[in-house]
Amino acid sequence: MVRFESVGLRYGMGPEILRDISFEILPRSFQFLTGPSGAGKTTLMRLILLSLKPTRGIITLFNQDAKTLGKDAITALRRRIGVVFQDFRLLDHLTTYENVALPLRVQGRAESSFRAEVVELLHWVGLGERMHVLPPVLSGGEKQRAAIARALIARPDLLLADEPTGNVDPPLARRLMRLFTELHKSGTAVVVATHDLTLMDRFDSARRLVIADGRLQTYE
Amino acid sequence: MRASRNDAASGGALKRNMPLVPADSIAGRALVTVIGIMTFLAAFMVGVGIMIHGASREWTDSIAKEITIQVRPSPNRDIEVETEKAAAIARATAGVAGVRIFGKAESEHLLEPWLGTGLDLGELPVPRLVVVELSNAANLNAADLKDNLRARVPTAFLDDHRLWMERLAAMAQSLVVLIVVFLALVLVSMGLAVAFATRGAMAGNKGIVDILHFVGATDRFIAVEFQRHFLRLGLRGGAIGVLLAILGFSLFETLSSWWARSPGGDQMEVLFGTFSLGWIGYAITISIGGVVALLTGLVSRIIVFRHLRGFE
Ligand SMILES: Nc1ncnc2c1ncn2[C@@H]1O[C@H](COP(=O)(O)OP(=O)(O)O)[C@@H](O)[C@H]1O
Ligand SMILES: [Mg+2]
Repeated sequence: MVRFESVGLRYGMGPEILRDISFEILPRSFQFLTGPSGAGKTTLMRLILLSLKPTRGIITLFNQDAKTLGKDAITALRRRIGVVFQDFRLLDHLTTYENVALPLRVQGRAESSFRAEVVELLHWVGLGERMHVLPPVLSGGEKQRAAIARALIARPDLLLADEPTGNVDPPLARRLMRLFTELHKSGTAVVVATHDLTLMDRFDSARRLVIADGRLQTYE
Repeated sequence: MRASRNDAASGGALKRNMPLVPADSIAGRALVTVIGIMTFLAAFMVGVGIMIHGASREWTDSIAKEITIQVRPSPNRDIEVETEKAAAIARATAGVAGVRIFGKAESEHLLEPWLGTGLDLGELPVPRLVVVELSNAANLNAADLKDNLRARVPTAFLDDHRLWMERLAAMAQSLVVLIVVFLALVLVSMGLAVAFATRGAMAGNKGIVDILHFVGATDRFIAVEFQRHFLRLGLRGGAIGVLLAILGFSLFETLSSWWARSPGGDQMEVLFGTFSLGWIGYAITISIGGVVALLTGLVSRIIVFRHLRGFE
């Protein structure tokens, strides 16, 4: 699904943030991406999203070499990937409902064709009462759930969640993690980036990709 | 906009398909103002152009229609005889369709605006007029007619107002050209303003553009959203400008018809036409608003595509 071979990245003329990274994310897999703050977790996710170009190495997405992809192909790939950003990135002038519906709307689908679906998902993540509200009015946890719902609505093959429990209290964190494991069971590959060790300890059996000093180690 | 947000926040109807580019912004309002002013200027110039064009057509038409011969009184000549002679010469000239002599009473009537009524003009030396109607102005040999008159009726004088009418018409035509140039300048500067505003909006909404890309929007989808945003601004600005222009024109028409009823108003009307735009003029003015909005949308679309191509 995603394969990195000897990938290196530096921002501009700065130091190499990621060095000689190689790993693979398989379909229907579940893994944590971890490492201390500033290790490069977000950077790695941006590489997968093709919003950054690697300075070295080969990135393969859905069996296509990322270097060869045109804009339309990149758009097509992104429609198969759901992302939860660390800072949510909701559109502040759209309601929660509209934010969550966005991935379907940009596909040019008619609003009537997905309304029920979006409303159902909003209820499922506990935002049924908040769907008419603009994001600035939402609490941190509600924004988090709206961002997750937006990442899920188009039923992606791969879900990338960047510190999805970073802004919420432990009970909600556990609920969100349950949501991700359920998603995994239903067939989606999931990558959860976190530096929260206690969270990972509750999922002892999960695969871990650990970044330290720019290098990545895999613990099955 | 604001009201509907409040509706949404208070849990009213499901708000759907809100513009993805925020509709209200200071930059947006500034652009609406600029577009409004530019539209007003464009519509104003087109209106003036239409009026001048109309007036110059009236002049050209009258040039094509007639010239006059003035026969001045002279102590040792009978003015009636001289007038008849001049009329006969004119009638015999090529390109002349007909000749009409203004009678004494008619001539005196022409002088009324200057001398007032009730005066006995019987003893005053009033010149007589021969109106020469032309069948084809191009065929008329005005120089020949002039020479013949000078030779045989020394007191007759060919009032060839064609020359200055022609000059007026030519001047009017060059004014129209000038107006078209100004119009082009206004439209170009408006296009530039829209281009800069679009670039600013793209930079200011970079976060939105990024998010749209991440959730799988194509460049075309994003461009259409921005285009729609600017089309909306263009329509608003265009409507404001057109409204101002129409208000201005109808005010002008009211004033000029009021002048026309005042003393000396006839002369103004003869010179400048009727100051009337007509429904075609109004239709053109309104369509300028539409053109402006379309231009705004088109320019922003081009800029957005260029901008997106440079992205990432
Ligand atoms: N846009 C950027 N330009 C320059 N340096 C950056 C940029 N984004 C992140 N970095 C640097 O890259 C390193 C890794 O950042 P990040 O991937 O955000 O780490 P993490 O998500 O693991 O906390 C940090 O040292 C950070 O300062
Ligand atoms: Mg991070």
